[in-house]
Amino acid sequence: MSDKKKFTPTTTGHTWDGDLQELNNPLPTWWIWGFYITFAFTIIYWMLYPAWPIGKHFTTGIPGLNTITYTAKTVDGKEVEKTTHWNMRSKLMHEMNEQEAFQKQYFDKVASTSYADVSKDAELMQFVNSAGKTLFSDNCAACHQSGGGGKIGFAPNLTDDYWQYGGKYEQINTTITGGRRGYMPPFKEVLNDEQITQLANYVLLMSGEPHDEAAAKAGDVLFHSETAACYYCHGAEGKGKELMGSANLTDKIWLWVNVPGETEATAKLNDVKGVIYGGLAKGVMPNWNQRLSPEQIKLLTVYVHDGLGGGN
Amino acid sequence: MQAGSAKQSTLLHKTIPIVVTRSVKGKFRNFKTAVMVLAYSIYFSLPWLPWARFSGDNQAVMFDLATRRFFIFDLIVYPQDIFWLAMLLFIAAALLFFTTGLIGRAWCGFFCFQTLWTDLFILIEQTIQGERNARLRLKKQPWNLEKIIKVGGSHFLMIAISFWTAVTFAAYFTHAPQFVRDLFTGHAADAGYITVLALTITTYAAAGLLREHICTLACPYARFQGVMYESDTLAVSYDTRRGEGEKGRTIPIVGLRTHEERQAQGHGDCIDCGFCVQVCPTGIDIRDGLQYQCISCGLCIDACNNIMDSVGYPRGLIRYDSESNLNNPIPKKPKLEWMRLKVLGYAAALLLMSGLLFYNIGTRAQTEITVQQVRQPLYTVLSDGNIRNRYQIHIVNKTEHAETYTLSAEGIPDSAIDLGNLPAIKVRAAKDLTLNLKINLSPEAARKTQEFDLIITPATQGAEPIKIETNFSSPK
Repeated sequence: MSDKKKFTPTTTGHTWDGDLQELNNPLPTWWIWGFYITFAFTIIYWMLYPAWPIGKHFTTGIPGLNTITYTAKTVDGKEVEKTTHWNMRSKLMHEMNEQEAFQKQYFDKVASTSYADVSKDAELMQFVNSAGKTLFSDNCAACHQSGGGGKIGFAPNLTDDYWQYGGKYEQINTTITGGRRGYMPPFKEVLNDEQITQLANYVLLMSGEPHDEAAAKAGDVLFHSETAACYYCHGAEGKGKELMGSANLTDKIWLWVNVPGETEATAKLNDVKGVIYGGLAKGVMPNWNQRLSPEQIKLLTVYVHDGLGGGN
Repeated sequence: MQAGSAKQSTLLHKTIPIVVTRSVKGKFRNFKTAVMVLAYSIYFSLPWLPWARFSGDNQAVMFDLATRRFFIFDLIVYPQDIFWLAMLLFIAAALLFFTTGLIGRAWCGFFCFQTLWTDLFILIEQTIQGERNARLRLKKQPWNLEKIIKVGGSHFLMIAISFWTAVTFAAYFTHAPQFVRDLFTGHAADAGYITVLALTITTYAAAGLLREHICTLACPYARFQGVMYESDTLAVSYDTRRGEGEKGRTIPIVGLRTHEERQAQGHGDCIDCGFCVQVCPTGIDIRDGLQYQCISCGLCIDACNNIMDSVGYPRGLIRYDSESNLNNPIPKKPKLEWMRLKVLGYAAALLLMSGLLFYNIGTRAQTEITVQQVRQPLYTVLSDGNIRNRYQIHIVNKTEHAETYTLSAEGIPDSAIDLGNLPAIKVRAAKDLTLNLKINLSPEAARKTQEFDLIITPATQGAEPIKIETNFSSPK
């Protein structure tokens, strides 16, 4: 190491406490230039993309070079084409336009294919299931719950196999398009408490729930008599009528009161009696043809029928 | 870098000249050249290698981002196999730590892309502009026709190679012949042009202009290599005791020519020829000891050995040796010290990880299936009192042909399976499909069933059925 040149570092010239010095270790020149180049890039970026607020306005980039055109719907439903400077919102709108156009081919395919053929096409069903889930979540889930499970006393379960207004594709489509209005008159003015108890026992008998034999027998007569005239809506066998949307009283599915969910026989009886007493005026589903397009309704129909799996 | 070597220095920045290296002959140089030839022939030819495949994607190696599949010879990697990449990175990291712990920065010196391209570009300079002295002379010379042709020519060649490096890289991601055709006719995708432009610039800038600055100033690996060295790690080392002797190194003047004469007068074997410094691609003096700029390429060993041969001293004044061996009173022959916790630990991790990866690749199923129970609602009571559960099945067909699957069940009757109107489960080649499945059980069966197995059988002969355990929910 005899002839090795001694390395003496340069300092910044600052000295503290007499001997404390700051060493200077300058960066390579090219590195500094790289730094300057990033500054230049910033200026180009700033030109291309709107950035700086100036008073009540802001820089809007270079006109014509980075503008975005998109179609938007106004509140009163008119479609307007807008061209504006680059911004995140207009970019989002533009991308939504593109995505809509991309999805449209699938919606059109569903619209032009028969219900039976759509449900046989696994790849098309994949689209129906994903687009249907979104449509269902946006429009139907508020009442029917996000998975279509419904809520007893409020909205029917769409995943089971009983449909008051019919579970065929066309019937489901009609229901979504035009809405439904279910009604059962109250019987508290027409029948006395004993009669109502008898009828309720008969209803429990029909669906295989615990009941009083004798009362049910009397209820059977009352059900088919002109006094109560239940058979008029629910049919002579109590199986309901799709045209009226009257409930099937013989199956295990309950919409308005949760009879299978009650453990006590008296509670089951009281539930049914309550319905006969007060009647029902809450089976209202609004119509969706104002809000959804026919293609959307068709897709939603297939989704409800096959995606939720309750159709028949 | 020493302050003395700066041409101009300000408080903020200083010009650090790029080192001009001398060429050298020797076994490390030969090894470097061999690695270079091998690496370049693989890198530049691989995208052009055709490969017969069922689907017609006939490029041996193609990272097809559009269809999200990586074709690597007969292996097709799907997005679902992404954890292989994580494993590969882990293996690469462990391999790096393992080799560094054992023999220092072997990656840096012989295999790193920066080293390879820099080496190639130096070779170009040397071929066009001449040996180190000629290049230094050319640097000082004012700009004239000779300098323009020689310097311009070598940079033109470097840019051309950088360009082809970039084109080759992009060709890995698309059909190579088509890409090159599109590139020159203006039909390639924007991403293609951006990739080619960016890589041309960075390759030329890094290997053609900045060279060792990348290793010493930009490379993070240079900064943390220190923690991987142990005293038993073999590193390019200068045998100070032998080189310096008692009175230090000196040039072989009269009376100091032979080994014996120098020994007698207390001088070491280093004749201070400076050859080791001139050949160093990062411009350091190995005689200053181990330093972070050293990329362990061994060119200084070649240089020193050549000099030792020419003056008739024994070889190995600069050699691959460990710190502990150099500190021995009588240094032994340098050898790899395997029996160390760090080395063995990394070797074990490496073996385990590679084993897992290869096992996983080897046993990868051609079909990947996930079954998810629909939880909203958990179950449905049907009109006849039966209980229905719904499931979503996702099938990924990783074969190169359309596959049909049949569904059956274990633990519940096959008749409980309801696929709606779907006539068959057919998934196209290399595609996936999500479908709905319903299982309807009688209340008695539902009470007894909490779990069952779905069995999905591909129609292809010899394909293994896939069994997936899933739950069945029913009212309590």
